[in-house]
Amino acid sequence: MRRALAVVLALGLVAGCSGGDAGRRTVTVLAAASLTEPFTALAERLEEQDPGLDVRLSFAGSADLVAQVEAGAPADVLATADEASMARVPADLLDGEPVTFATNRLQVVVPPGNPGRVRTAADLARVDTVLCARAVPCGALAHALLDDLGVRVRPVSEEQSVKDVLGKVASGEADAGLVYVSDARAAGDRVETVDVEGSEAHLNRYRLAALAGGDAEVARRWLDLVSSGEGRAVLRDAGLGAP
Amino acid sequence: MTRRAPGLPAWLLLPAAIGALLVVLPLVALVVRVPWTSLGPLLTSPTAVDALLLSLRTAAVSTLLCVVLGVPIALFLARTSFRGQALLRALVLVPLVLPPVVGGLALLYTFGRRGLLGETLDVLGVQVAFSTTAVVLAQTFVSLPFLVLSLEGALRTAGGRYEAVAATLGASPTTVLRRVTLPLVLPGLVSGAVLAFARSLGEFGATLTFAGSLQGVTRTLPLEIYLQREADPDAAVALALVLVVVAVVVVAGTRLRREEP
Repeated sequence: MRRALAVVLALGLVAGCSGGDAGRRTVTVLAAASLTEPFTALAERLEEQDPGLDVRLSFAGSADLVAQVEAGAPADVLATADEASMARVPADLLDGEPVTFATNRLQVVVPPGNPGRVRTAADLARVDTVLCARAVPCGALAHALLDDLGVRVRPVSEEQSVKDVLGKVASGEADAGLVYVSDARAAGDRVETVDVEGSEAHLNRYRLAALAGGDAEVARRWLDLVSSGEGRAVLRDAGLGAP
Repeated sequence: MTRRAPGLPAWLLLPAAIGALLVVLPLVALVVRVPWTSLGPLLTSPTAVDALLLSLRTAAVSTLLCVVLGVPIALFLARTSFRGQALLRALVLVPLVLPPVVGGLALLYTFGRRGLLGETLDVLGVQVAFSTTAVVLAQTFVSLPFLVLSLEGALRTAGGRYEAVAATLGASPTTVLRRVTLPLVLPGLVSGAVLAFARSLGEFGATLTFAGSLQGVTRTLPLEIYLQREADPDAAVALALVLVVVAVVVVAGTRLRREEP
């Protein structure tokens, strides 16, 4: 009885994990959700350049990605949206030192038409503002920036992620929110943006590293592409700053 | 193993055991992760207490709303028959199978600032978005079908004979409802209310989409767990344990009640 159960479970696991023909190579990249647009574009370019190579992208919040790596997720590259997340990965799970490959800064977004007439960061104290919660990286950054500017904001909601903040603003429920420049750009004309003075002083640093359990060769291909001139251009188009 | 029942082939035990494991194993895995030594401080931190109290408060109000609105619906569905009744029942039960995040979007487009009723509410000086009211609305939306479903079942099982007798003895419909129907289906009403309470307590998707997340105002226990999962996994697991315990108690309670008669 117990043995039969073990066999069934084992078969299920094998069936779930196999796949991919021999000869083709795959590079699996775990990347922060805010890298969705640029990394998807880069993956297409790499697959065009080398038809024998498949790029598999898996996007999630940086904290979730780190948890996946610690749990042994089979992947070749990890890209986090901040330094703290990458620092939490045990060194023996990484292949080499992580590098900073891009930066992001915060920007105020408002619904189309700017109903709250937000012109500066100080206006955030006056209107219905949505921020990230302090517990997540974008919230820690937002609070540091606002403290620096001496603006005391009492947010109507503290969201779990930048995308949640963006959603509340784009739908018009909130008058303003603080999100990353890259997210504001990805939202297109669903929001308008207001630059915040001093936001360059609070940069978010994206970190990239090859994973110890992965295929070092294909991982290197991805790292090289991201730090190449071509990679930089794609990241810049997505609203990300140089490292 | 007990003596074989004639209608229970032995091979059936294998998928049954796998199914049971699929449900029980994750709960065991969660309980194993509970940081027992620091459980006290984790559950009494200000954010945890705020989330817990807000959850209890909103779930209680939502359950009350479910009873006030759900009992009439259940009575109506159980004691009438007309064309289109099946459709009406299906519509009332839709939130049961709807992904909560879809429910949240629907509520947003109804009560949100730019929603169907948003401007009317604005004129009345009521702002639902980002308020505790939004949490209660979301919970009532997803929990109402639980109450209607279990109460309508109880009403149909009880039948209309006693009500008819009471009516021939001169009781008005309201008296019949108060003195005959409700006492008769009280167990069904209670288990429906308990299920609605539990569903309200666990509500996450619609709340996150519709109400936002602010400590003490809209950040209920499930939202706090979701947030702490990133920042402090130990706190998330400790709070998750509270919800698991509530769930087990609720399910066990309603099961026992069903076996009583």
